[in-house]
Amino acid sequence: MGRRIVIDPVTRIEGHAKISIFLNDDHSVADARFHVAEFRGFERFCEGRPLWEMPGLTARICGICPVSHLMASAKAGDAILAVKIPPAAETLRRLMNLGQIVQSHALSFFHLSGPDLLLGFDADPAGRNVFGLARANREAALRGIRLRQFGQEIIERLGGRKIHPSWCVPGGVRAALTVEGRDRIKARLPEAEEAARYALGLMKGLLDRFADEASCFGNFPTLYCGLVAPDGSWEHYDGRLRLSDAQGNILVDSPGADVYREFIAEVIQPDSYLKSPYYRPLGIPGGMYRVGPIARLNLCDRMGTPLADAELTEYRQRGGRIVSSSFWYHYARLIEILASIERIGRLIDDPDLRSDRLRAEAGINATEGVGVSEAPRGTLFHHYQVDRDGLIRSVNLIIATGQNNLAMNATVLQIARRYITGPTIPEGVLNRLEAGIRAFDPCLSCSTHALGQMPMVVRLVGPDGDVLHEERRD
Amino acid sequence: MDRLRLATVWLGGCSGCHMSFLDTDEFLLEQADVAEVVYSPLVDAKEYPEGVDVVLVEGAVCNVEHLAMIQRVRERTRLVVAFGDCAVTGNVTALRNPLGGALPVLERAYLRASDPPGAIPEASDTVPELLDRVVPVHAIVPVDAFLPGCPPSGPTIRAALERMIAGEPVDLPGHRIHFGGYGQPPSPDGAEAMPSRAFRGGRPRGD
Ligand code: SF4
Repeated sequence: MGRRIVIDPVTRIEGHAKISIFLNDDHSVADARFHVAEFRGFERFCEGRPLWEMPGLTARICGICPVSHLMASAKAGDAILAVKIPPAAETLRRLMNLGQIVQSHALSFFHLSGPDLLLGFDADPAGRNVFGLARANREAALRGIRLRQFGQEIIERLGGRKIHPSWCVPGGVRAALTVEGRDRIKARLPEAEEAARYALGLMKGLLDRFADEASCFGNFPTLYCGLVAPDGSWEHYDGRLRLSDAQGNILVDSPGADVYREFIAEVIQPDSYLKSPYYRPLGIPGGMYRVGPIARLNLCDRMGTPLADAELTEYRQRGGRIVSSSFWYHYARLIEILASIERIGRLIDDPDLRSDRLRAEAGINATEGVGVSEAPRGTLFHHYQVDRDGLIRSVNLIIATGQNNLAMNATVLQIARRYITGPTIPEGVLNRLEAGIRAFDPCLSCSTHALGQMPMVVRLVGPDGDVLHEERRD
Repeated sequence: MDRLRLATVWLGGCSGCHMSFLDTDEFLLEQADVAEVVYSPLVDAKEYPEGVDVVLVEGAVCNVEHLAMIQRVRERTRLVVAFGDCAVTGNVTALRNPLGGALPVLERAYLRASDPPGAIPEASDTVPELLDRVVPVHAIVPVDAFLPGCPPSGPTIRAALERMIAGEPVDLPGHRIHFGGYGQPPSPDGAEAMPSRAFRGGRPRGD
């Protein structure tokens, strides 16, 4: 009989998760599974609450990307008010969303995955973290911390605080950018841009070193889903909702998000609190799709700013027009940081940022609304139904990370098959399994909005179901 | 002097309190000479170690794994800090309590809100069973200090850590002690001189 190995908890990810690996008698890998162990129940307890409360409440789904929930929730609210928000409010929302992409991607690259990438997958686990990174390469750690801080500061300058600002509202935003805030952000732009280019330099050097990992960290064809600007450039706040096949042929191209139910279905697995959305017409496994940085870069024609466009060209020279290795999420994330910084630079002098027309006032004019935006990890949908007084009757949330769930499962299986060769499994191999998950930068607080948390267990289980070896993190 | 052995634990929360911990920015690196993070979602330790001086606990207790974890944490730690409103009161995580146990919430998420409807996950060795009531940390184990806020701000966390590292009681000024996230006053530095007793911590070391 074979055995099962459990990694619990998976560390350096945002949430509580476990990995199980099932081995045959001959120690070959039979299967591998990624389990999410969190649940909080937002869909249920939002019922009955006022629409106006939803941005602030759903921001508490996730402390890493609260701004994404503010955006999607406020946009669902805009639809229910049936208003077009003032142009200044859209510009301001875009600025905050860009700040969030910078901070969240910097966190993923430097604080969470940086220790693997810069110290090595086989480095001593005791020092394989951001503090160890600071000892080994203080410059990298410090630049990463300051880059994240730059993104957080944009959020704070707009919303009054770094985490959970109650700033986006149905109809617009609460406050504009002060002159002081504008000057401060402007002054920090050059350093931020330099940090992004520095990180890109590091990343390109790593592609050769980790060619083996790149070949098996979730390297397979899938569909891709994300927003694209009407002119085909990279988009993060609004735009057309697109889904393409593995070759880049467009399967869905919709001006609005309301159609999501027509093509996204979800499956529930008994061993995870995280649901798995898929492209309905193709079912499972053919309908497996990925969202987030590689999906957005695969779907767009160009980034839309000069430095990021040059980087995208080089990225495609190295990886092809459609990149299918999830290891490349790291690379794509850095290009998105650079693009965001360039766009912040373009927006920052826009007089709209200091406008006092920030909010379209209206009552409840529709009983249903869908809001969509690109969270750092991918496309985020908030779908609300309300009664005539604006009290919530039902909520459906489709979270970025969930949409990568099928691909994350396929990733742990691919890595296990590549590296597990005998009865004993070196720590560095277990870490690679976790690193394959880290490449997606999963946010499990978000994804299990339904319930909520991700510790990780890797178990080695024999064919008879006996747990032969178990690594846990709670 | 030995470095302070610091841990951070994440129960049922949104990670916002941990993100706010990271918002102490450069202080994270500066404190590395005096404090060592021995267990946290940010490091690779899989097992909560013995002999921890201070732990920041984010989140409420909402499933059986949290229950086991918080008891282990209490046994192995000198100073347990309820870190953020979810840990202090249950906060957003506890909003499901009035709905009558875990089942209605699970049914809503997996049976009704799912398209097509599925079944509630229940492979119990992988997905922990939910408690019927979400409770704050002090409902399960004694807590030495409370740091409210949703989340507590980076400067507040830094102020608390500095006192703990110095082995002092954690008396924080009034403007640092509030629930939720609203009305965070500008922090006039003079206010630091007026410690409030609302937040009392024990001495983490040297006793
Ligand atoms: S207190 Fe607030 S920030 Fe902290 S975990 Fe709870 S909801 Fe998130």
